[in-house]
Amino acid sequence: MSKPDFVYVTYIETTPDELWQALTDGDFTERYWFDHRVASDWSVGSDYRFTLTGEKRLEGKVLISDPPRKLAYTWNGCTEEFRRERTSRVTFELEPRGNVVKLTLTHDNLDEAGVTHRGISEGWPMVLANLKSLLENGKTLGIPMPAPAVKETATA
Amino acid sequence: MDDVFKALADASRRSLLDRLHAKNGQTLNELCEGLAMTRQAVTKHLVILEEANLVTTYRHGREKLHYLNPVPIHQIGERWIKKFERGKLTALSELKRQLEKRDE
Repeated sequence: MSKPDFVYVTYIETTPDELWQALTDGDFTERYWFDHRVASDWSVGSDYRFTLTGEKRLEGKVLISDPPRKLAYTWNGCTEEFRRERTSRVTFELEPRGNVVKLTLTHDNLDEAGVTHRGISEGWPMVLANLKSLLENGKTLGIPMPAPAVKETATA
Repeated sequence: MDDVFKALADASRRSLLDRLHAKNGQTLNELCEGLAMTRQAVTKHLVILEEANLVTTYRHGREKLHYLNPVPIHQIGERWIKKFERGKLTALSELKRQLEKRDE
């Protein structure tokens, strides 16, 4: 495996089962993932997709599904600006640590200069902060959805 | 959350975060390159940043790589900054109301 482009960690006061559900259930993701609903049967080799108001935004295949420990899928943005980007990969690892769960998210195989790279470096920290808040306090943080990656200007 | 504020309250540690922001996933050796800090000092700062969960490490083969983890910063931003903003907005609307009343 090439070295990951991003590694994010958050400690959430929850159970691995609940966190697994939050990652894989559309009713949950809609609440902390900027209204994006996920859908899949979550067996290895199956497709999954994220939709926003019924429109497909993200899709890929399930690579690892080991509830409630490890989930990995390929990642392809569906909108025009992502068309030329290569398929990247997202892995979630859930480790219980007392009354919290350590969630480690790695994202690898990204185009370093691509729009996905730029978009997710802003997006994941917000999604994870929101997820933590939802599971711990029952509400999300009310962060506005980031502007589409393509419209962002590159920062030095 | 105290850990995060403490970790951020040091210019050397902030510069390490800047370096990771510019290039994610660096080894200790890479991080030390061109810095006026001893390797020992960098290690000490990295421990504090890791404890605050602002830096996360990842084992890749024989290398230990350091990654910037901005998740706790987002939590702080939301918890504190938004609260202040709300106060400011309330104050502004109150000022507007007062000024408009004076115009009448």
